Amino acid sequence: MSEQIALKPAKAMAPKTAHRRRRWLPFDRWHLFLFPFALVMLFPMLWMLVTSIETISEARRFPPVMIPEGIHWVNYPNALKRGAFGTYFLNTFIVTMATVIGNLVFCSLAGYAFARIKFFGREVVFMLMLATLMIPYQVTIIPEFLIVKWLGTHISPQIGIDSLGALIVPGLVQVFGIFLLRQFFRTLPIELEEAARIDGASRLGILFKIVLPLSLPALATLGALTFLWTWNDFLWPLIAIMSPEHYTIQLGLMNFQTAHTTSWTLLMAANVMSMIPLLIVFLAAQKYFIQSVATSGLKG
Amino acid sequence: MEATGRRRAPLWRRIVGSDNVAGWSLAGPAIFMMALFSIYPVVWSVILSLERKNLLTGETQWVGWANYKALANDAIFKTALWNSAKYTALFVPISIVAGIFVAVAVNRKLRLMAFYRLAVFVTLAISTISTAIMFMWLADPDYGLINAFLHALHLPEQGFLRDTNEALYVIVAMTVWGWLGFVVIIYLAALQGIPQELIEAAQIDGASRWGTFRNVTLPLLGPATFFLVVWLTINALHLFDEIYLTTKGGPLYSTTVLVYYLFVQAFQNFAAGYGAAMAYVLFGIILVISIIEFMVGKRLVHYSA
Repeated sequence: MSEQIALKPAKAMAPKTAHRRRRWLPFDRWHLFLFPFALVMLFPMLWMLVTSIETISEARRFPPVMIPEGIHWVNYPNALKRGAFGTYFLNTFIVTMATVIGNLVFCSLAGYAFARIKFFGREVVFMLMLATLMIPYQVTIIPEFLIVKWLGTHISPQIGIDSLGALIVPGLVQVFGIFLLRQFFRTLPIELEEAARIDGASRLGILFKIVLPLSLPALATLGALTFLWTWNDFLWPLIAIMSPEHYTIQLGLMNFQTAHTTSWTLLMAANVMSMIPLLIVFLAAQKYFIQSVATSGLKG
Repeated sequence: MEATGRRRAPLWRRIVGSDNVAGWSLAGPAIFMMALFSIYPVVWSVILSLERKNLLTGETQWVGWANYKALANDAIFKTALWNSAKYTALFVPISIVAGIFVAVAVNRKLRLMAFYRLAVFVTLAISTISTAIMFMWLADPDYGLINAFLHALHLPEQGFLRDTNEALYVIVAMTVWGWLGFVVIIYLAALQGIPQELIEAAQIDGASRWGTFRNVTLPLLGPATFFLVVWLTINALHLFDEIYLTTKGGPLYSTTVLVYYLFVQAFQNFAAGYGAAMAYVLFGIILVISIIEFMVGKRLVHYSA
């Protein structure tokens, strides 16, 4: 194609600036930027992987060992032995799953009510909830700690400070989720719901049989983002959890880092393991992650 | 119900089916949770900030404005303000410029594009703690790769996170890396929303590539840039995880930022009232900056029809 244009350069005047440039490379010039850039982005992770299969002496050798002599897998079981990562994983999994399910259920119910039912006080409550989105988390975190402490002594230790419940309960409903689903539900054709109402379907029946099946992309978005936020949350678990048997993976990693500051190989193996579940979720739901960040980010 | 001809539904059905009951029973649980964990704490924080309260023992004493007055004279708080300002002033512009550039680069059809995009977007799925650990290893003064390179190039080795003059910049680097995926996604969505005819029209009028970018594309990215500036500023002022993991505010308070100091006061010294006062000052700062950004944005950002 480029040769064709090169044959008659004088005739093509202004518009095709792009094609007038001579191709001095066998590939697009943007690769010259993109390829090194992608390597720079991936490099911290690659280096982590390499370190995680080295012996400690290889990791400390100078100049650095880029390709280790053998694969030193034993760092992984060793890291698992020294930190109770099995427990941390299980805790994080329980907390994340409960939070995701809670948000899907409560935000669906509330989102549907805010989208379709004209109940008393709807507008005021909705505005009040949106206003809380603007208040930084730090403003609420101290009272939140005191509330959870109160819940623990007066209601049940299962939801008090230093329990997994403390990590689940405050995050069960997010304003963001209600808002996201409300917006999505409003884009659905109302005729379907009206027809179902005339046929005598209840509100819940309509929600579960008509609205939710049509809203799978929005639900997947909310689920994926909630998963990501909960799995990676650090500040609240740091404040709310004291005993190691209730640590989440982020706390466990932090603790492991403090205890093994110089055992870089073990630390990197632990870090790799902590990232794998989320990377799998991310790769599986990449489309939803990207769509949801793009849409909720700009329109939210 | 306007359907007069129909047989009336049984009473329980009419009550359960009424909009008020249905609405409140569906939204009620969520509203209750929001009231308990979002709205109530905001109000309680105001009261807390006027008290001296021990977070653990619950000992409480009304002190009025004393917490705010103490903050005004707190040298560490001033350092934290300054560090947060410095961090934000670096993090936000660097993220924006890098984000635009990378988004433009990945907004084309090329071989390997799926790989390039993945390399950027994957940072979305990596926690702040994992990021901090990776960068600590790269920037380790003794065995880190960066110092090995500097050594190989006969340049002086650096202290990085252990150096009062460098620690904050290392934090900037790791957070820019961690946020790039998010920034690029927002810009990419905005770029793909630009009608192709506008670009073509500019090129037919003889605009150069750079001219087209400068005069057509960049202004159309205004709303995305505006959103990102506001959002990144708020998040920059919330910086905590990376600091806690890598430097604990040190060396010599050089990375003590607002939220880190808040954490120390409220959850290590158990000064809940003092922490709450700090949280409100932080909220005030965010509010003022956001209002300024909105006013500037109104002037500079044009929303296309």
